[in-house]
Parts: sequence; C-alpha cells; structure tokens
Amino acid sequence: MKLKIKRVIVTALAVCICYALQCTLFPSLALASVKPNLMLILTASFGFMRGPKDGMLVGFFSGLLTDIQFGNILGFYALIYLLAGYVNGLFEQLYYDEDIKLPLALVGATEFIYGLVVYLLMFMLRSEFDFLHYLRHIIIPELIYTIVVTLGLYPLILFINRRLEAEEKRSAGKFV
Amino acid sequence: MKKKNQTSNINKYLLAGLTMVCVLLMFLSVFYVRAAGPFRVLANLTVIPMQQGFNKVGSLLVDVSENLGTLEESRKLNKSLQAKIDELIMENNNLQEEKYELERLRELYKLDQNYAEYEKVGARVISKDPGNWFSTFTIDKGSIDGIRVDMNVIAGSGLVGIVTQVGPTWATVRSIIDDSSNVGGMVLSTSDTCTVRGDLSLINDGKMRFEQMENNDNKVEVGEQIVTSHISDKYLQGILIGYVSEVQVDSNNLTRSGYLTPVVNFKKLQEVLVITKTKADLTGTGAAEEQPAGEAGAPAEDGAGEAAPPENGADAPAEEGAGAQPPENGAGAPPEDGAGEAAPPENGAGAPAEDGAGAQPPENGAGAPAEDGAGAQPPDQGAPEEGAAENEPQEP
Repeated sequence: MKLKIKRVIVTALAVCICYALQCTLFPSLALASVKPNLMLILTASFGFMRGPKDGMLVGFFSGLLTDIQFGNILGFYALIYLLAGYVNGLFEQLYYDEDIKLPLALVGATEFIYGLVVYLLMFMLRSEFDFLHYLRHIIIPELIYTIVVTLGLYPLILFINRRLEAEEKRSAGKFV
Repeated sequence: MKKKNQTSNINKYLLAGLTMVCVLLMFLSVFYVRAAGPFRVLANLTVIPMQQGFNKVGSLLVDVSENLGTLEESRKLNKSLQAKIDELIMENNNLQEEKYELERLRELYKLDQNYAEYEKVGARVISKDPGNWFSTFTIDKGSIDGIRVDMNVIAGSGLVGIVTQVGPTWATVRSIIDDSSNVGGMVLSTSDTCTVRGDLSLINDGKMRFEQMENNDNKVEVGEQIVTSHISDKYLQGILIGYVSEVQVDSNNLTRSGYLTPVVNFKKLQEVLVITKTKADLTGTGAAEEQPAGEAGAPAEDGAGEAAPPENGADAPAEEGAGAQPPENGAGAPPEDGAGEAAPPENGAGAPAEDGAGAQPPENGAGAPAEDGAGAQPPDQGAPEEGAAENEPQEP
C-alpha cells in the first residue's frame, strides 16, 4: 500500500509538471505556431504502460487541469483525455518495453483523433468548414511535433515507470 | 481468468463513472456559472504557483543572458534612446497643449473621458493555452487585485483581449485573435461600424477579418485605423484594434468586409495592461453582472433581440461552442462568439453585431436550453429593447 502511494504521488507530480511546462515553456518552443501536446503523450504512455485504470485517471486529471484554466466548458477536455487514456490502456497487452514502435504509433493515432475531435466539436459545429486548412496547418504539424517529442519524452517516462515497478517488486520480495 | 474479468469490469465501471462525472461537469458549467468555483481553488493551489515559478525562472534566465551583451552596444543604444527621448518630450509638450484645448472643448460638450485616462493595472502573461486551437492566456493578477470578468486588456496602445475567468490570484484572458472572439469595431475616420472577428486560419498570416461594414459612400482605404466602437457591449470605446489591409464589397452589395492587421504582436505578449473599468460599469448596466440574464440584461441584449430569431437557425448547431462560453463569464453579458454569421439580419440598424448575438440567448441564467432561450427572448425583449435603444444615443 505504501508504494502505491508513492506511485500516485510520482504520477501526480509528473502530470502537474508537464502541464506547467506545456503552458509556460512550450509556447516559446512552438514551430510554425504549433506546440506539441505533452498531456496527451503522458496520458497515452501511462495508459499503455499501466493499463486502462491508470490511463483513465491520468487522462481525467490532465484534462481537468486544462479545463479549469483554459477550457470553455468544464469537463470537455477531461472527457477527451479520459477516453484517450482508457483506449490506450486497452493496448497494454500488446505492449513491450523495449519496442518504441507501438508507443509511437499509439501516440500518433491518439493525437490525430484528438485533433479531429476538437475540430469536430469546437469548429465544425460553429460551421467553420475549412477542414483541409485546419488539417494542414494545425492537426498534421501538431501530430508531427508531438511524435518527435515522444521520441524524447517516452524513454523518460519509461525509466520512471521501471524504477517504480522495480521498487515495488523489491518491496514485495521482502514479504517472502 | 476470473480475476482478469473482474479487473476489466472494474475498469469499465470506472470509465462509465468518470464519463458521467465529465458529462455532469459539462452540464453544470453550461447552466450554472459558479460550477467551476471549487475547481478554480484547486488550480490556484497547484498549477498557478508552478506556472508563476517557471515564469520567474525564465525571466531570470532571460535577464542574465541579456546582461551578457556588450557594453558598447548598450552605450550606442543609450545615445539613440536619449535623442529619441528629447524628440518625444518636445512632441509631448505640443500634445499637452492640444490636450488642454481638447479638454475644454469636451467640457463644453460634456463628453466623458477617453480611455487614455482610465485606470490600468499591469499584469504579466504567465501561461498560454496548451492547445493549438484557441488563443487564450493567463495573467498573474486576479480578483484580489481588482480584476473582474469583462475587463478589457490592452498592450501598448492596442486591444489584446477581454477577461473571461477570474481566480483569486489569476485571470484568463481571451485574445481578440481567438477564433470565437468578435469585437464591435469602428473605422476611426468615418465612424462606420463593423465586426472584427478572430480567425484561426488567418492569424498565421497576421490578419483578422472584419465584416458587416455598411456599404455607403464613405471611403475606407487601406491603412485606416479600426478602433472599438462606442456601441460595443463589452469593449470600451476607442481602443485601437488594427489597420485596414484590404476592403471589398460583399456580394450582397449592402455590406463591406475585409482584412485588418492587428496592432499588437500576439506572439510576443509578455506584459499587458488591464483597464479596471468594464463597459458595463460605464453604461450603468453593472447591476447585470451577477444576475441571471433576464430583464436586467436588457441593454446588453437589445442588439441580440433583433438578431435572435434569424441567427437561431444558424447557431443551433454551434450551440456547444456558444453555450460553452457564457457560463464562465460572470458579467451576465456573454462573450462574443460565432455572431459573425448572425450579424447580417440586424446590421442595417448599425446595432452592435459583435456581442454574443449568438450566445446571449443561451446565457439565460434560468437554465433554459440554449435554443429555447433564443426563441423565447425576442418577444420578451421587445419593450425593454426599445427603451434601451432610446437611451443609447444619449449616452456619451
């Protein structure tokens, strides 16, 4: 139980730090006015590394943080990230630590669907139908930038996760 | 096998539970403005201090790197700045003279003070919207410093945006280039009103659109200044928005539209000024701030009264975006959104097109669903609207 708390604290800290970085540092690292979506990388990673439950919770709180400060309706981003976390969690069975292809593919797919959903709900329903323009200038660049950042961020998250799991195993071993 | 089924069941229940929570939150935040209150406390405790911390560290680093520049550069700069200061002092003196004369003339006409004399509060931008779709940012002053919803935000001499959410030590500002922002504008030289819309697809080219400008004999040329109009519900009059870069006559031959270049560089916003009087304070509709948008909001809604029926059809699909914004706006007068398409029917009278013509019906605090509110209001607003319309020309 004690180590579960440690895991929760580390995860919460990761979420908060990523969110703060996303809002403060990354706007100045934007290329062509496009920023990568760190919260989505985090949600997807925790999803397929630890399963649907963890993915859901990380997604829900990431989305909630975004909603509180910047959202229009409270709960909008929370719902999207929640579902992203859950769906990524369903891929836990297919996931192997050493391989980076599946994580990249999952993050890429999640990012693309996220862009589509935000466009559909926030823009198309206000009859801004210029989808190709948004595709070329926002969705695809964000997708590419996010995948590039995943190449760097994912090993870090993996490392943290491995350390946590190793500590849990060690502690479990002590009971024997 | 059984354990796996159990965990997957638990997960499904958890998913369903959290989804319900999200939907409930969305529902609450659409119909009750204060729903976000407890969550703002959460943000206040966790994220805002971190963002302010990062900001401080970042500014420190920037300062240090700037100090490492060469001394020679600084000396040269100092010289040229001194020359500029001298020039400006002379200019300033001339302007002061003219200003006194202007004040006297204004006194004669009993006009109110222009915005240059409004009280302003400086604030720093501490974080920007984490996504790429909207253009909002957070400043480090909040209700403790006297910031309220609907205060205009300027930088330098140009309009930047309007406050949409307020916490104790922070506030969220929606910039005018945000896709859902509409500002009531006016060409400074001819006083023709128009609606200035932010547009996500244009801002990378550094442009914004303006629409619904009357196609009369007044010539509007490239380079003319566009300022906020006096009939705007949310924006104080006379704040510079940008310069016209293109004008065309619409295909209906009744209106003109075009593009304008905003005067503020939104990519490099670091410090802004918040004007501490809201338009509602000045026009005496300040009482409408906390009340549900019933009759108290009449002066704010009279523009919408005419617009509500025709735009309701166009806006019903946009309700999600439209319904989304009003609740977080405590002033009771909704932020402008998606009103551009609604504007044509009501612009003939020159009534403000910008102001939430699409969103005002949904902000009816009684919780009526957005479309119904829109349908119900025009008949109610008929009488107060006329009274308010009569009052408007007399107000400075």
